[in-house]
Amino acid sequence: MAKHINVSLIGNPNTGKTSVFNLLTGLNQQVGNYPGITVERKAGVCKLPRGVKAHILDLPGTYSLNASSLDENVVIEVLLNKKDKDYPDVAVVVSDVENLKRNLLLFTQIKDLDIPTILVINMADRMKRKGISLNIPELEKTLKTNVVLMSARKKQGLEELKQLIASYKKLSIEPCLNASSIDKPYFEGLQKAFPNQSLYKLWLVITQDVNFANINRNTIADASEFHTKKKSDLKRLQQKETIKRYQFINETLKQTQTIDVGSATGVRAKLDQLLVHKVWGYLIFFIILLFIFQAIYDWSAYPQDLIDNGFAWLSEAVKGQLPAGALTNLITEGIIPGLGGIVIFIPQIAFLFLFISILEESGYMSRVVFLMDRLMRKFGLSGKSIVPLISGTACAIPAVMATRNIENWKERLITILVVPFTTCSARLPVYLIIISLVIPKERVAWIFGYQSLSLMLLYLLGFVTALGSSWLLSKFLKMPNKSFFVVEMPNYKLPMFKNVAINVVEKTKAFITGAGKIILAISIVLWVLASYGPNEKFSNAKEIISQNQPQKSTIELERAIASQKLEHSYIGYMGKAIEPLVAPLGYDWKIGIALISSFAAREVFVGTLATIYSVGSDEDETIKNRMAAEINPDTGVPLFNLATGVSLLLFYAFAMQCMSTIAIVKKETNGWRWPIIQLFFMSGLAYISAFVAYQFLK
Amino acid sequence: MKTTLAELKRGQSAIITMVETDAIPLKLLEMGCLPGNEVTLLQVAPFSCPMYLNINGSHLAIRKEVARQIEIELI
Repeated sequence: MAKHINVSLIGNPNTGKTSVFNLLTGLNQQVGNYPGITVERKAGVCKLPRGVKAHILDLPGTYSLNASSLDENVVIEVLLNKKDKDYPDVAVVVSDVENLKRNLLLFTQIKDLDIPTILVINMADRMKRKGISLNIPELEKTLKTNVVLMSARKKQGLEELKQLIASYKKLSIEPCLNASSIDKPYFEGLQKAFPNQSLYKLWLVITQDVNFANINRNTIADASEFHTKKKSDLKRLQQKETIKRYQFINETLKQTQTIDVGSATGVRAKLDQLLVHKVWGYLIFFIILLFIFQAIYDWSAYPQDLIDNGFAWLSEAVKGQLPAGALTNLITEGIIPGLGGIVIFIPQIAFLFLFISILEESGYMSRVVFLMDRLMRKFGLSGKSIVPLISGTACAIPAVMATRNIENWKERLITILVVPFTTCSARLPVYLIIISLVIPKERVAWIFGYQSLSLMLLYLLGFVTALGSSWLLSKFLKMPNKSFFVVEMPNYKLPMFKNVAINVVEKTKAFITGAGKIILAISIVLWVLASYGPNEKFSNAKEIISQNQPQKSTIELERAIASQKLEHSYIGYMGKAIEPLVAPLGYDWKIGIALISSFAAREVFVGTLATIYSVGSDEDETIKNRMAAEINPDTGVPLFNLATGVSLLLFYAFAMQCMSTIAIVKKETNGWRWPIIQLFFMSGLAYISAFVAYQFLK
Repeated sequence: MKTTLAELKRGQSAIITMVETDAIPLKLLEMGCLPGNEVTLLQVAPFSCPMYLNINGSHLAIRKEVARQIEIELI
């Protein structure tokens, strides 16, 4: 007997396939991508009786073997290609007892592939409540398979499934119906041309865009003794195949399944009446959103403060332990704060995915998609884009990750590209200080002041720009967009703790390892640029300042030295170098430095300006006063006037200044192409609008 | 003038008589949207799109333009 066997879990979405996977593998699983595509690959190990080890692969959910998305293509390739390292020794088809009719369609297709197959009927604990009873022995006989009644929620049927997997060699590989009878001459010809191949596999190669072994669609078309068909004829034949399979399934279920409608309880209909109601549905969605918003925005502030303080403490502690020198500085001022910059996002990401997976597990997410589809479609998005757009107000990183729910690649890409326009929490400190500098404090009407109205306007601007650019992108992006909108509305279920927990852990881990590496690298580069200078004006900063301004107190002196160092560091010279470029926007070289350093993260803006204007960053009032006192040498008016202020606000509203977002977009789109286009589009828009605003208001 | 699924009222049921195969996704057929099967309109979003249906026991939502490709007979 083989020491380990390959098991593929296959099933429709919403059948609890992932619950079965989690039950089989526990935390013993790895999540990655299939090579070259962004389809999630979930695999795990399960110990079976008699010392057999099983490699379990959780294939993406699919309704049939007729692929209409990348996810479904993966399923076919794994199942067809015997040379694939994932090619299963045994296929486990997971179905939902309440949707058995539809779930069996996929099962009958798998049965045609010569792979030993087990049918798991999941959610068996709901049978009684729904008045369903099944004649299992009869079902096994007609379907030519072994059936396991299972309840992943109640952990029933697990041992039986493990036993069956272990003795997979005894399982039948016989098809349960003869689908080729829909067009006898055609299939006989096909078999004659390729006598060594399974007929159903050949049929899949013809109708799908997959290759296996050394046969592809063209070699079949070239076979002379075989007459090929037109595409529309093939589609008609596929429809015939589906009808044929349904006939078989309906007949089988008539013999083996009885549903007592009287004893079924309809929670679904009652909940739906409320949750997709034309008024209440939207109101409830709005309240849920407020709640999630509150959690991400407010509750995660506490762990974030802890993390912030923790890393500051760690820096200090390490500094005390290690001998002074460049390496220590790199560790304490570059690497540790860089790591802190990654870890600080964990609470927000974890909270967001906690709520998203609860909403998904419960079945509510499909209702939101239903409610929002019409509105979002006007802008080239899908109903499914609403969740990422709203989470973007907290942070674009989890928002980009949340787009994975959108199956249509074009709609998903557009969502990823426009999400960074929504006003994320990192923009807030920048907005607050600039608004307080340039917008008058007076009230417009009642309790509303100019300042709070400006802030609200900036949030609105973010949303409007996101929707506007997605409308533009949908007009210009030419890509196959043939996935029609079909959304299954699953039953409402109480979320399973284990599934939610695993999902939150996996998503958070993916963020740390994926985006984390790049954030860390750029933090180190920025630290080096700010800590070293090309000439003695940097290295002798201490002497120069002490000589020129000997009357100052020690603290003032230290700040002046820091300021001198920054001015003559590499990043300082970079600020000077880009001054001609930013002057038309109303900025001097100091703001230029702030712009460069806040490429890493927007919130760095305030900190950098604080250092440049050599004041302690803890006293907000003083930074503001210093900034307010700054005079533009060219125009002679205060540097931070209305024109510069509005110009800066617009720049920060539009510019892509967040390396974490760039990193995650690169990861989610599998390449540099889209993040670079996004960077140029957003920065271009930022530059032009800031330029127009400054020149107009000057 | 044939009746299509798009004209179904909330709560009404019908039998599917014809499906314009070339204009609708195969996925919909696979979920049971085939001639002879029963369909019920459960809910509609504002402006009656998308439509929330029960087709042959499957609960799903489709957009109106797809519903126009499915002919029905009211029961």
